[in-house]
Formats: sequence, structure tokens, C-alpha cells
Amino acid sequence: MDIIFYITAFVTLVSTLMVITRHNPVHALLYLVISLLSLSVIFFLLGAPFAAMLEIIIYAGAIMVLFIFVIMLLNLGKETAIQEKEWLKPKVWIGPTVLSAILFAELFYLISSPSATYLVQQTVDAKTVAISLFRPYLIGVELAAMLLMAGVVGAAHIGQHKKTTLHRFLKEEEVL
Amino acid sequence: MSTVLGYILMIAIVLFALTTIAAWLIWLERRMLAVWQNRCGPNRAGPFGLFIVIADTIKLFFKEDWIPPFADKTIFVIAPAIVAATVLMSFVVIPYAPGILIADLNVGLLFFLAMSSIGVYSIVLGGWASNNKYSLLGALRGAAQMISYEVFMGLSLMGIVMMSGSFRLTDIVMAQQDCWFIITQPVAFVVFMIAGIAETHRLPFDIPEAESELVAGFHSEYSGMKFGMFFIGEYLGITLISAMVVTLFFGGWLGPGFLPPLIWFILKTFVFILFFILLRASLPRPRYDQLMEYGWKILLPVALLNLLITGAILLMMNK
Repeated sequence: MDIIFYITAFVTLVSTLMVITRHNPVHALLYLVISLLSLSVIFFLLGAPFAAMLEIIIYAGAIMVLFIFVIMLLNLGKETAIQEKEWLKPKVWIGPTVLSAILFAELFYLISSPSATYLVQQTVDAKTVAISLFRPYLIGVELAAMLLMAGVVGAAHIGQHKKTTLHRFLKEEEVL
Repeated sequence: MSTVLGYILMIAIVLFALTTIAAWLIWLERRMLAVWQNRCGPNRAGPFGLFIVIADTIKLFFKEDWIPPFADKTIFVIAPAIVAATVLMSFVVIPYAPGILIADLNVGLLFFLAMSSIGVYSIVLGGWASNNKYSLLGALRGAAQMISYEVFMGLSLMGIVMMSGSFRLTDIVMAQQDCWFIITQPVAFVVFMIAGIAETHRLPFDIPEAESELVAGFHSEYSGMKFGMFFIGEYLGITLISAMVVTLFFGGWLGPGFLPPLIWFILKTFVFILFFILLRASLPRPRYDQLMEYGWKILLPVALLNLLITGAILLMMNK
């Protein structure tokens, strides 16, 4: 199992790196999808199959499709790729890289230290998730529900507009 | 070691059976359409014209496989593979008969939903990479349609999960020993069936590739075996949705004892495949905005209500 974890972790790291360094936005988003998929495999290995499936259904399957949808509509061509190339200069990426290198070193130390526990402790299935959501964290769920409801109402308000009937014989001022 | 070999053998058998079925479905569809429209259909090559499939496959392989110079080459090549791969992956969790299945995941139903949501990428990417107006329009329609209908598909199945108390597909089949879920969850069945047709983008919901307005939609630029992949992916999708309907609503392999369980499963699946073809022969295509409105304004409330009522009844019965 360990070797599968390391392979998946490597894939996740490489694909996430590719997300940042690609100049074409659609290619970058595709690498992000791969990164999410490999993250879900890691969830699965850590004993959380429910979280793994939700990761694919919600993030890879719905949110990323919407991202790609929007970028397709923007019709970004070669000019944006060139612009991206100019933006990605060493002084932009050196700071975050050093910081994440420190985090990586810490993680490496934690994993390699003898007190590190084995990764799979217990399997968290759908029922466990549901029980913890609707018992100790019920307030959080209800607050999130209220927030989502507000979001839905807001979206419905913004999306609402009068239906205009466009016809080639009608002049523009006659159209309501 | 023998279990690993057993797995590989099982996977090989299922893969072979599925690709064969998908190929012969082309003949079946043309023949059945012809019967329902009072024509003859393909009847020259071999008995009942069965060998037309072989001729078609040879034709697909030897056609010029053209990649347009204006296309994004890598993504253009990857896109058709995604649809076939994701649909085939979904068959991993389907229980064909007791003991005849590849993986008995405890999140099997969610795995199916996850794979069908990944399948959207083949349409979106195929349409985008073709760099063609019609393809892009088809891809946009496909993405919007499939994302919307996924929501109702998932919601409609949650009633079944509540009643059987598990995401594992074998548990769901076993929960139907006394009463198939078609009787207790008829609304969920209708919603799932409609969403399933939209997910496989078959007629009447084949708006992403509506040939009368968009040439061929997202696969306008595809030719040769890459087009063949989209084609096979569609037929595999029909088989998958039929198999899922049987597993979830019609008791899977369960049936009177005079036939073995596997035969029952295949027979039931076959009936639903024929139903898919009959739909294509009989229904006109709706307009795009009608399709979206129908989904969000009718199917979503119906699926939510079904969920609410199922939950309430279950609570009442437990008390």
C-alpha cells in the first residue's frame, strides 16, 4: 500500500506543478483535474472512500467542468499564452516556492520521525460522515445551509430578467 | 496469485463481452429502427445482415484518420478515449450475478456517479480541441446538459440508498428480494431514466450533436477510429444505463429460479436497451432551452419531493 501512496503523491505533486507552469489555461485546468483525481485516490488509500468519491463528483466532475466551460467561452488564444509567459518570472515564483519548500521539509521530518503513526487508522465510510455531520456538527451544517440558500436566492435574483421577444420585423425600440 | 489471475480473467471477459455487445448494438439499432419504420434495414451481409458490423468496423479502421491542423492535437486525441474509458470503468461496480462482479466497492453507487461526471470531459474537450464553431457550440450544450442532469440523477438515487441503507450495489440488489424498487420508488425510476438518456446524450436529448443544426456537434471534426470511439462510447453508455436501471430498480439478477441469475440480468438489460432504441424511433428532439427548463423546473423539484417523502415514510415506519 505504501508504494501506491508514494506514486499517487508524486503524480499529485507533478500535476499541481504543471497547473502553475502551463501557459495554456485549458491545459492548466486539465492538470488540475488530474491533481484532484489523484488526491481522491489518496483519500481512498487513507480509508475515506466517501470523501474520495465526493472529491471526484463535486470538484473534478462539476466545479472544474464549469471552469473549463467559462474558459472555453472566453476564447483565449495565443496572445494570452504569450502574456502568461511574460508574467511567470523568477521573482514571482521564488517566494512561494521557498515557503512551500519549508513546509515540505517539515512534512518529510514528521513522516520520517519514528513517532509517526501508520496512515490508515480506521475507515471512514458514508455512515460515519453522516453521523458526525448531523450530531456534533449540526449547527455548522445548518449555517452552511442558510448560506447556500442565500446564494441560491441571490443567483435567482441576478439571473432574473424580462423575457424579450426579438423578431426581425420589430425595430429595437419596439422590443420591450 | 490465483485471485489476481482471477481478477484479470474476469476483467478480460467483461471487457470482451461489453465491446462485442456495443458493436452488435449498432446492427440491432438499425434493424429495430427499420422494423418500427416499416423498412428492411441492413439485411444483405450474412444472416439477417449481422455481418454489417464487421464491414462497418473494417471501414472505420481504414478510413483516413485526419487531425485538423488548427486543432489542439494532444487533447483532440485524448478526448474520445475519455468517454470509452469512463463508461467501461463504471461497469467495474455492476454486479452481474452473485459472485460475478469485478469490485464490490462499499461506495459503488457513488463510483458510478463519479465516473459519469468525469465523462463530461470527453464532450467538452473534444469540442474545444476541434477549434470549430459547431463543435464548440455542441460542447457547450453538452456540458450544460450533462452537469444539470447529473444533479437529478444523483438525487433520484438517494431514496434507494435510504431504503437499502448502503451505497454497495450488491446490498441494493439484495434489498429488493421482497419487492423491486420500481414499485416503491416509481418516481425515482422515471427521473433516473430521463437523466440517464440525457447523460448518454441519446435522442431525444442528443442536442450536443443535433445534426440538423450543428453538423455533428462536438464530433464534427472527428473521423476514423476516433469517431468510432465516440460511437462505441455512446452504445456502451446505453448498455451501462440499462444495466444500472436493472440493478437499481428491477432487482438485478433476482428472478424466478428456472433461469440462472446471469441470464435474468442480461434479459432485463436487453429489454431496456430495446426501450432506448424505441425512444429514438418515436420521439422528436426538444429545443435546447426547453430541455434545460424541463430539467431544473420539473425534474429537480420532483426528485427533491421524492427524497423528502421517502425519508418521512421511512422515519414513520421505524417508529
